[in-house]
Amino acid sequence: MFEGKKVIVLGERDGVPGPAIAECVEAAGGEVVFQKTECFV
Amino acid sequence: MDLGNQAAIKGLAEKFGTENLVVVLGMPGEGVRLAAETLMTGDPSWAGPLAGVSLGLPVFHILEEKVRIKVPRDIYAEKLEMMEMVLDLPRIEGDLAEVRGGN
Amino acid sequence: MNPELRAAANVLVHVPDLVRYGSKCFREIAVQGDSFSRALSKRLRTFDEAVSYPPNQAFIGNIPPERLREVLQPWHAHPAGGASARGAFGEILNQKTFYALLEAADLFGLLAFERPPQADLGSHPAPLLKSALPPKTFGGEDILRLVDSEEALPLYQGDALIGCAKRDHETDESLGARILLENLAAKASGAYVLRNLLEGAGTEPDELEYVISCSEEAVGDRYNRGGGNLAKAIAEMAGCANAAGTDVKSFCAAPVVALVHGAALIQAGVVRNVAVVGGGSLAKLGMKAHRHLESDMPVLEDVLGSVAFLLVAGGGDGPRVNLEIAGRHTAGKPSTPQGLAEVLVRDPLARAGRRICEIDKYAVELHDPGVTVPAGAGNVPQTNYRTLAALAVMAGEIGREDIVSFVEERGMPGFAPTQGHVPAGVPYLGHALVGMRKGVLRSTMVVAKGSLFLGRMSQNSDGASVVIET
Repeated sequence: MFEGKKVIVLGERDGVPGPAIAECVEAAGGEVVFQKTECFV
Repeated sequence: MDLGNQAAIKGLAEKFGTENLVVVLGMPGEGVRLAAETLMTGDPSWAGPLAGVSLGLPVFHILEEKVRIKVPRDIYAEKLEMMEMVLDLPRIEGDLAEVRGGN
Repeated sequence: MNPELRAAANVLVHVPDLVRYGSKCFREIAVQGDSFSRALSKRLRTFDEAVSYPPNQAFIGNIPPERLREVLQPWHAHPAGGASARGAFGEILNQKTFYALLEAADLFGLLAFERPPQADLGSHPAPLLKSALPPKTFGGEDILRLVDSEEALPLYQGDALIGCAKRDHETDESLGARILLENLAAKASGAYVLRNLLEGAGTEPDELEYVISCSEEAVGDRYNRGGGNLAKAIAEMAGCANAAGTDVKSFCAAPVVALVHGAALIQAGVVRNVAVVGGGSLAKLGMKAHRHLESDMPVLEDVLGSVAFLLVAGGGDGPRVNLEIAGRHTAGKPSTPQGLAEVLVRDPLARAGRRICEIDKYAVELHDPGVTVPAGAGNVPQTNYRTLAALAVMAGEIGREDIVSFVEERGMPGFAPTQGHVPAGVPYLGHALVGMRKGVLRSTMVVAKGSLFLGRMSQNSDGASVVIET
């Protein structure tokens, strides 16, 4: 799923925040090119 | 989706080409459908830079089964495991399946 | 010295004609123009509608938050019958009164009014705060010229242009009209809720020794954008001549951080009492209005929320702030919901030899789901409570099948306006005091989080928690 792809990470404060997703994706072999955490309140 | 993030992602699609990109989301159940629609078929609220722009990006959620099984066990346990009990996984899987068109 | 929580006050200010100056609405109007303004004005609520909105009644103490579970949804379609604007520990002010408060807060001629704004409090003899300066001239400035030249923002009461809010510098953005109006709104609502608090507690303003503000605004000028100390301005306006003050800032975690700091000052014997005050956030008015309008809902984010809490050096009987069970999120700890819950709830309880299930009620971020869910922002308290329940499962205290009953028993529906720091657990404290004095509640843990990453100086969140118990 991540092989040879650039990964865009869009996390959310109350779900899984950006840095945590990025760590998981990188550990799974992905290359993260964008990482943000959204907060809607 | 934050309008600034819509603009940034649109820029990345232009820079790298959508065929080279994958999106991974992390929001609780309710926000997933809107984010997925925005990135696949365009901003449904017609408010942001992706209004009427159909990027067709492949969109996943970090807690979808097919994604989380790829994460090494120890990282998974620290970062994700507890959220399985908190977030509405059936809704996340269901909404994504619908937006993908029964994929 | 044991820091005791003596009193709480929750005040709402209904300001429909200021919704246009909320950050999102202001930007939408700039882009869409009149069509958005007209759509907005068609769905603004009357004062009575805002008063009888069930979550607002819970906020000011007239119904327990748990009672909202019995109210049919959507709550805005099922108003509370016979609702009063006076609450057990708060009240709901109308816009006319707020314009009078803004005018009283204005010491620099930042506002120009055609006529002196008059408070409209009915027969309620509330403490109205008069400016200490000599009476201003009204009707002397050319309001239309100021608005047309973009030196000022127009202030309306319905369709009537009654005044304007001016910038105080041509080029200093920190002294621009909207920033100054935001600061004045936080000051005025903060001062009012502080007086409300002191009256309810039977404390004279000049007995207060310290004010900590957890409000959101950056008060300053271009050389010192966040110089701050809105707390002192609030103390001054509220007539607390013997109070010093300071601002505590941590995005939406600030109210609980402020409680801990205030309690610590008392425990250390530095002062004998502290008022923690959170003034309202003008910037957050109408934050989700564009989404609500799409669903043909009324504009629910038409109220400023302000809160205040009185901490005193207690004799030992009253509900105490237990600083031995206070959580702090540290710079190296992950900012995942799990990481935050561990460091804010599990670990401080464990250090005190206590279990998660020993706390009667958790007060987490209490945003009104009637506002957030239709706007696609989720049910924040519910997600928070489920996180605590999951934490209890991981700690072996309950099984996965008990998550729902944990949330039911130790949680509550959200009822606070989406005013940023205001929902951060603390709106429950008035209800907690009622429960503790009746002997039906022994302990509550307030848990707040702050999205520091929004300021682009850290990827982290912040969080703070503390136990209050008898």
